[in-house]
Amino acid sequence: MRDREFWRWKEYNWRNPDMDWRKAEIIAAGIDVGSVSSQAVIMLDGELYAYSSIRTGSNSPDSAKKAMDRAIEGTGLTMDNIHYIVGTGYGRVNIPFANRAITEIACHARGANYMGGPKVRTILDMGGQDCKAIKCDEKGKVINFLMNDKCAAGTGRGMEVIADLLAVPIEEIGQRSLEVDEDVPAVSNVCVVFAKSEAMALMKEGWSKNKVLAAYCQAMAERVVTLLERVTVEREFFITGGIAKNIGVVKRIEKLLGIEAMKTDYDSQIAGALGAALFATAIVKKERSAA
Amino acid sequence: MIANYGYMDGSGEFFISIDTDKCAACKDKPCIQACPKGMFEKIIDDYDDEVVAIKEIYRKSIKYECAPCKPAKGWISLPCIEACYPKAITHSW
Amino acid sequence: MIFAGIDMGAKMIKVILIKDGNIVAKSKITGGFDEKESAREALRKALDQLSAGFEDLGAVVSTGVGRKLVDIATFSVTDVTADAKGTVFLHPSVRTVIDVGAEEGRAIRCDASGRVIDFAVNEKCAAGAGSFVEAMARAVEMELDEFAAASLKSNKEIPMNAQCAVFAESEVVSLIHSGTSKEDISKAVHDAMASRVTAMVRRVGVERELAFIGGVAKNPGFVQSLKRSLGIENIIIPEDPDFVGAIGAALIGSEGKIREE
Repeated sequence: MRDREFWRWKEYNWRNPDMDWRKAEIIAAGIDVGSVSSQAVIMLDGELYAYSSIRTGSNSPDSAKKAMDRAIEGTGLTMDNIHYIVGTGYGRVNIPFANRAITEIACHARGANYMGGPKVRTILDMGGQDCKAIKCDEKGKVINFLMNDKCAAGTGRGMEVIADLLAVPIEEIGQRSLEVDEDVPAVSNVCVVFAKSEAMALMKEGWSKNKVLAAYCQAMAERVVTLLERVTVEREFFITGGIAKNIGVVKRIEKLLGIEAMKTDYDSQIAGALGAALFATAIVKKERSAA
Repeated sequence: MIANYGYMDGSGEFFISIDTDKCAACKDKPCIQACPKGMFEKIIDDYDDEVVAIKEIYRKSIKYECAPCKPAKGWISLPCIEACYPKAITHSW
Repeated sequence: MIFAGIDMGAKMIKVILIKDGNIVAKSKITGGFDEKESAREALRKALDQLSAGFEDLGAVVSTGVGRKLVDIATFSVTDVTADAKGTVFLHPSVRTVIDVGAEEGRAIRCDASGRVIDFAVNEKCAAGAGSFVEAMARAVEMELDEFAAASLKSNKEIPMNAQCAVFAESEVVSLIHSGTSKEDISKAVHDAMASRVTAMVRRVGVERELAFIGGVAKNPGFVQSLKRSLGIENIIIPEDPDFVGAIGAALIGSEGKIREE
């Protein structure tokens, strides 16, 4: 079995050096354990303080702990200082040290609302093994959502199969798919297994790798747009997850929708954990005002 | 909120949608008993409403699970939709 | 006069020649890049067995996913039509036909003359067709025949979480890493697919007798899983189950009416 080299996420962490947790009233954390990567976010009084992103291992609780440790690294914070922790992601129920679990859908919407502002209405998140379409209101509350994790065709894994086939590093796919002279129509097969055979036939027919990539990115964009239209699309449109880094698919989605995705300086990878931390902050506020 | 459970693949789009605002108003959740496969369950959602959801084990094979209620000759009514008096449930196929 | 049926399957092209109501020749080749040429080649191969030529042909009827690409065809019919016709010709008691090929699965209810009453299709998704089993055999690094036979050696029930051939591949690899035997994995794979095919069959309902045709009918592991899943032990599997579509197409050609579908 080949190594999944193309989806090796870099592990990293970040901290705001100008903030001091000792001065904060509410220290909240969110942890998002995904199928491929896990993130931890620390917020002080509802402001982003520190975060980490690591590769998810075979064990959810361990991955959650590792992400948390990485996020608080160098801050002087310990777990005991944190007032509330919300866990999310597909492994959310497996985080023993979290105070509460909230779905990745709700957390994502909340996180996108923080990063993109109250005008965000439509969110697309495509990760390694799933694809989410979310509609939210100005407060980041979910109005409509769907998640597709049944079929590889709308996921990073589907991209990975083509990357493997054409021996193109996955980070290059987006750019290369744009280096074609024409609008290349989508491959006719949605199913990745059949699309792979179709791609091989196209190569035999003399298609360049870039052209095949273009056809595949077009197919993925059309698919994603079909899902988005099910929750209905409204400005502003926010994209998170691995797909945000694939400019070939993003540009094609924008063209099909007639709407440009919001640009953000935030690392969109942390959207879920950030939303979880915001939920944690709100819960602490509520508990304290009720007391 | 509209919660859509199901998937899209090469053979089509298969989603069961639950309007949780309408669902929350219903006390007894008759859909749970009405489904011959027992695909619905009660949950407290992220916004603290008591609503129904499709059980996780069925979401990725929903086309096959619902097949007994949807024969090839077509269906006129589905037990879950019939049972739901707030009209919170819809099927996309 | 010789009548030809050409089944342009996703993977293989099958040809049947019928004369005076009997099957007189058959050929099978892997579909090539040029479908028109492949169809001619397959037909030529069958005609050579009778030392006959294209000029001896009456109607040529095509079926299968690539049926519209056969330029030498007089007309084409759908797989569903051809399957029902061919199966009832071989086994007149059959009223329900299950056909699973490389890329598509079908369930058909038909009458005594092989006319279609109702049908359901699983298409365009590898999880519901032969490609699923093939992909899993590759994942455990076994030849398809070996993989199919291995399934019969297990009696464990391991449900698969993945409903997609690509995700199932990862799941199978995890199972291998956690020490699950290849026999148990093979059974899990065949059971998972059988349950999808069964759900499709239930949409048309089963009327006895039941027949199973198409390339996957040659997979004994799948046949066993399907029997268990349907709860039916006596399923008729024709000899050369992958030729039934071509037989049906040739028979329809011999009926002397043009019926484009």
